[in-house]
Amino acid sequence: MINLTIDNKKIEAEAGQTILEVARENGVVIPTLCSHESIEPSGSCRLCVVEIKHGKRTRVVTSCLYPVAEGLIVDTKSERVMNVRRLVLQLLLARCPESEQLKEMASEMGVLAEPRFTPDKDNVKCILCRMCVRTCEKVVGVSAIGFSYRGTDKKVCTPFEEESVTCIGCGACAYICPTGHIEMETTQSGDSRTIWGRTFKMATCTVCGRYFAPEDQLKYISKTADVPMENLAVCVSCR
Amino acid sequence: MMSKIKSFDELKSVQERLKAGRDPKKPCITICVGTGCLAYGTRKLVDNFREELAKRDLTGKIDFRTSGCHGFCERGPMVVISPEKIFYQRVGLDDAGEIIDKTVLTGEIIDRLLYVDPQTGEKYVHEDDVPFYKKQTRLVFGQNSKVDPESMDDYLAIGGYGALGKALTGMKPEEIIQEVIKANLRGRGGGGFPAGWKWDETRKAKGEPKYIICNADEGDPGAYMDRSLLEGNPHLVLEGMIIGAYAIGSSQGYIYVRNEYPLAVKNINIAIRQAREAGLLGKNIMGSGFSFDLKINRGGGAFVCGESSALFASLEGRAGEPRAKYIHATDKGLYDKPTNLNNVETWANIPFIINRGADWFAGIGTEGSKGTKIFSLVGKINNTGLVEVPMGTTIRTIVFEIGGGIPGGKKFKAIQTGGPSGGCIPEAHLDLPVDFDELTKIGSMMGSGGMIVMDENNCMVDVAKYFTNFLVSESCGKCVPCREGIRRMRDILADIADGKGREGDVELLQSMAQGIQDGALCALGNSAPNPVMSTIRYFRDEYEAHIKEKRCPAGVCRALITYSVDPEKCTGCTLCAKVCPTKAATGVKKEAHTIDPAKCTKCGACRESCKFDAIIVR
Repeated sequence: MINLTIDNKKIEAEAGQTILEVARENGVVIPTLCSHESIEPSGSCRLCVVEIKHGKRTRVVTSCLYPVAEGLIVDTKSERVMNVRRLVLQLLLARCPESEQLKEMASEMGVLAEPRFTPDKDNVKCILCRMCVRTCEKVVGVSAIGFSYRGTDKKVCTPFEEESVTCIGCGACAYICPTGHIEMETTQSGDSRTIWGRTFKMATCTVCGRYFAPEDQLKYISKTADVPMENLAVCVSCR
Repeated sequence: MMSKIKSFDELKSVQERLKAGRDPKKPCITICVGTGCLAYGTRKLVDNFREELAKRDLTGKIDFRTSGCHGFCERGPMVVISPEKIFYQRVGLDDAGEIIDKTVLTGEIIDRLLYVDPQTGEKYVHEDDVPFYKKQTRLVFGQNSKVDPESMDDYLAIGGYGALGKALTGMKPEEIIQEVIKANLRGRGGGGFPAGWKWDETRKAKGEPKYIICNADEGDPGAYMDRSLLEGNPHLVLEGMIIGAYAIGSSQGYIYVRNEYPLAVKNINIAIRQAREAGLLGKNIMGSGFSFDLKINRGGGAFVCGESSALFASLEGRAGEPRAKYIHATDKGLYDKPTNLNNVETWANIPFIINRGADWFAGIGTEGSKGTKIFSLVGKINNTGLVEVPMGTTIRTIVFEIGGGIPGGKKFKAIQTGGPSGGCIPEAHLDLPVDFDELTKIGSMMGSGGMIVMDENNCMVDVAKYFTNFLVSESCGKCVPCREGIRRMRDILADIADGKGREGDVELLQSMAQGIQDGALCALGNSAPNPVMSTIRYFRDEYEAHIKEKRCPAGVCRALITYSVDPEKCTGCTLCAKVCPTKAATGVKKEAHTIDPAKCTKCGACRESCKFDAIIVR
């Protein structure tokens, strides 16, 4: 067991846990935008910063990555921490002025838009939290999307922004996107869906007859899990 | 091709044989073919020398050596004639024959090729007397002029690989590490972390294999010391790395070098091949049983790849993005294995420490920073070039005694140290002893050793804007404070320079700077606000003048200045009217000219051309 202090509260933790995990287990709220239990942390949004004191040194670290240590003193709401969080939210609000999710988060945290930052007009809602890319790579396992360009030009896309041959149309990226940037369109009848510029034909359930999953996704599951296609012909509700 | 050297004794006899074959009294013409001198067209001068020597049937009778950078780049092409070490600078590309006939054969000095100190007017014949060299301690860099980078024989003849022999045969790995710790060699790449401690941590870390890497991804604007070391004396860097590998227990090393440094890549490749052939690299080095080999990786042109974790990502074939370093690279670095990363200059110091001992090394420098440091001195300075001085040398000595002061009699304003994310140091700190800790104390940093001198004609808001802009284009884009924050800072700086600054901008920049320093993921982001912070700290009045009075005191920010002619000084020479690209400057010959502000684009061509200082910028 490891003993540490978070916001003056003495807490016990397991070795190898991160500050964020321990804080959440103990009811300490730390805001995040790029963290999800099913994917490894990446430390890119920087909202989860906390101020730590270990020995004589005080510094600001990302709680999603920092492992707990014996005697660690954590302050999740210090002045320096709040300054970083405010700046991050103001910068993201200026980048994605259309994102309702960001506006909501800012208002919850009492952060106002910085008038000196001219809002971007490109109507992009992507905050580059990387959750879609990480999910596609680590959870789905196809790596259909990734990053192109660098710095302010960086964006999530398929290689060369062409129709991806590896994408299975599962929609996990759209599902996990925290700002509603990734759009997936389904036809009215439900016989096909379009994502990342490619249209996928949907399979019907052999029991209820409804469209329930892209054919490519079923083929992918069949292949990777070594399950015959006929075992995947029934939707979740009818199984 | 050299046969494999199988023991330290054999190495010593090879060194002796090579040394004995070289008569120190035999005339030798050394010519600098560093990248700076090559840019002057020195390759043609080299060909001329070879041709002229052949014509006179002197090939072989007079030694002729092309060497790496000597550092005095301002004065290239440069030729040194030994044994007297007569120093010729700004040599004409057709001067070879004359130099051979007069100086080499008859000892006559060619007056027009001598160096004249621009400040004192004094003329110098010998290289060692030239103030630029005299005030330096050219420990690491000094060998550059003694070796042809393509010749391993040259390196062996000056005792090269002797430190490696000593380490492999007479020292245990732990002893070597203790020696480096005792020498207190701190990393020359920027962080200043004690190299010995890093070696020790990597050696003790669990996991195999262990990697060592040489960081040659030098990317600071105006900095080229690592380039000149790799280009000019690659075997020195190799020797340092092999010693390090033995001490740390590594069998595989990498050199991560910028693809923009083709000569460095070429020379290091030649050196690696030669060292392998001689049995100094590869299996069973010098018959010691220790094996180590090296690979070269060329960078893809991203500044951020100088940052260790981004460098590892790039080496592994992924995009050059950093990751949080809460677990040290010494435990989990390249491919998650224990990794020791040092920069070129750090590795180059190792053979000296092993040869002469930690106590000797620790005798140079200051309490907390030992040894020498190579700086690239550029900007508004008479002697542009690379200078090597003991740690603790004052900025004043570097700028005014070695650097020869500011051209055109202009006034010193600031010196930027530490590269784009370093800080600007004002005149009040000219007597600051330069070392890792002193620079940090006043809000700048050592970085890899870039020094950019600025004079009264530099606007500090413009300078901050320039460096911030550089960092905007080099941010990898992974974390929000760096990707979004620096560009917003740049936009505010651009507004201030355009006369659109607002009350409160300075305070906002300061608060953003704090947020970015605390919040960014890697060292690039953490230090990105430094140029803004340090210019606000020392030149706040310039910011205020831009914001409140809509005035650029240095006369740089175009939106805030107007060009006019001083009728008292103008002689009516018509030169300004001739160079003006928009015909804004007009007038009658021998009468005072005028500039039409409606047509003037503020390009500055008139001011540069005016011989009478009659162009007023306000």
